[in-house]
Amino acid sequence: MGEETKIMRGLDAIRLAIEEEMERDEDVFIMGEDIGEFGGPFFVTEGLLKKFGHERVRDTPISENAILGCAIGAAMAGMRPIAEIMFADFLCVCMEMIVNQAAKARYMYGGQISVPVTIRVPFGTGIMGAAQHSQSFESWFMHVPGLKVVLPSDGRDFKGLMKTAIRDDDPVIFFENKRTYFLTGEVPLDKDFTIPFGQARIFTEGEDITIVALGAMIQESLNAAKKLEAENIHCEVIDPRTLVPLDKKTILNSVEKTGKLIIVDEGCKTCSASSEIAAFVAEEGFHLLKKPIIRLNTPDVPIPYSDKLESAIVPNAKMIQENVKRLI
Amino acid sequence: MSINELPKELSHDKLIDIYKKMLLIREFEQRITKDAGRIKSPLVHTYTGEEAIAVGACAAINDDDYITSTHRGHGHFIAKGGEINSLMAEIYGKEVGICKGRGGSMHVADFSKNMLGANGIVGAGPPLALGVALASKMRNEGKVVLTFFGDGAANQGMLHESMNLAVIWKLPVIFVLENNMYGWSTSVNYSSAIKNLSLRAQGYGMKGITINGNDVIEVYRSVKEAVDLARKGGGPTLIECKTYRWQGQTTMDPDKYRSQEEKEEWRKKCPIEAFKVKLIRGEIIDQAIIQEIEEDTVAQIEFSVKFSKKSPKPDSSTVLDDIYKNPMNLGGN
Repeated sequence: MGEETKIMRGLDAIRLAIEEEMERDEDVFIMGEDIGEFGGPFFVTEGLLKKFGHERVRDTPISENAILGCAIGAAMAGMRPIAEIMFADFLCVCMEMIVNQAAKARYMYGGQISVPVTIRVPFGTGIMGAAQHSQSFESWFMHVPGLKVVLPSDGRDFKGLMKTAIRDDDPVIFFENKRTYFLTGEVPLDKDFTIPFGQARIFTEGEDITIVALGAMIQESLNAAKKLEAENIHCEVIDPRTLVPLDKKTILNSVEKTGKLIIVDEGCKTCSASSEIAAFVAEEGFHLLKKPIIRLNTPDVPIPYSDKLESAIVPNAKMIQENVKRLI
Repeated sequence: MSINELPKELSHDKLIDIYKKMLLIREFEQRITKDAGRIKSPLVHTYTGEEAIAVGACAAINDDDYITSTHRGHGHFIAKGGEINSLMAEIYGKEVGICKGRGGSMHVADFSKNMLGANGIVGAGPPLALGVALASKMRNEGKVVLTFFGDGAANQGMLHESMNLAVIWKLPVIFVLENNMYGWSTSVNYSSAIKNLSLRAQGYGMKGITINGNDVIEVYRSVKEAVDLARKGGGPTLIECKTYRWQGQTTMDPDKYRSQEEKEEWRKKCPIEAFKVKLIRGEIIDQAIIQEIEEDTVAQIEFSVKFSKKSPKPDSSTVLDDIYKNPMNLGGN
């Protein structure tokens, strides 16, 4: 045993993964708005320019379609680009390149080509970003065949999944929940530490209820689980880690044990990732459920600016606790 | 000798090859128009009348250089050296089609020839061309990319983004604007307020020229000059090629929005006829060779149709293949 680790923030773990992959493979490079000199709005790419130079750490104009088109084209020519879209909200101006190009190229060209691009996207609430800098769009991309959708919840997974994303031959949308950037934890230093896609992570085992949570909602769920433990309620907290592919087996196995399911997801409720998870459990595991599924989402509302209003709508540990008790 | 006479660096064989390719595109498009009912898709766009652009431009690049194409892509496919049996079979939706019947007319691509695909989204080729050019630059391969697009795409925002990025990064891209005067039914005189779209190049700090897109030699020379500049690290050029789409937007378009006079006027400017005259004047071909080439072209098309008709459609059990390269790893815990 004795896995060598270091305590660092989530954003440092992402940077470490990128740095290691850029050292390992000269086809890997990164591009985006203000990622070089400035180091990115959340400082994920800080220091990379100094280490790798302007050729491989490329600041771009504010042209999201050109950024993604360029990354996708380079991937088609055999490179392994990482493109950063500064805020998930800006995906709206470049959906074309992701949905009609990256996701489709392999299939519509009859398998002649693959697109090994990684698109990094900071998303979610927690910075008083208001309606156009706080959204959670992961479910949109679950609806597009040809994409892989990754959404880690801590530094360890950021590192392992980022390395897998870069090495993967298909287009990957890598969602980075802003609040998890600043979460500290042990991150493996092994340069070949990777986490395969399609394998959920069971954070805590428990037999009373299954809580499936995404991104920052994992911490809220773990906090709730800790409090509930004192009341002798044992929660099984699961992070799917990748939404496409989705590890249905781990979730169904857990529901088989507990008979109860709560899904916690920062995205707006309608047609969210939680919708899909609830739907497949109802479809494939209806007989396992002893109680109706509960989905805890942000309601269908634009994200407000005021922190008081924002905290009123995003699911938190207290809401999770209350809803667990409703089901038990 | 006028500037448009035959360039010395083009060999006898190369000149004949240019002529053959233009004719092959023409005959190919005529045949699929005739067979439109059998092909069934209403979204098949022909390149008739525009042959000089794809063929002249591709004559100016090497086999390992790249092109991106448009929804009107058959001509680019043939000009880049793609093989017509697999092209025809693709349009017929057959497994032996170049994209195994998954793409169809609007997505024909031959990556073995660095023909990076026709594209159903107007203006989506140029952003992708940036990346291919960047890869070539980062790897010091010296390859260039021709990105074809139309007057319709000229008004897409992503084209603006692409031209700007190509200039500031000095990418080896040549923007080949095929101004055929119509985006489906919408006249370029309506959709743009300037006479020559190449004027826009100035706004990006790039050289822009407008040429006669129906003169294959003028296209060749202009693209060659841009390619030489790009290979030397001089960055992109915008070349607006004025031309005309002889047929409707698709093989099934009744095409009532353009006047008969206008169409007839442009038919008199046929790029193939014009080049034929030059070849005869240059003593490259004579009537006997012309006849031989025409017969051979018709035979090739005939064979491709027979080949396509007799080939099977894809097996339905394969419909979920090729969505991903790396299998979806569902490990469970």
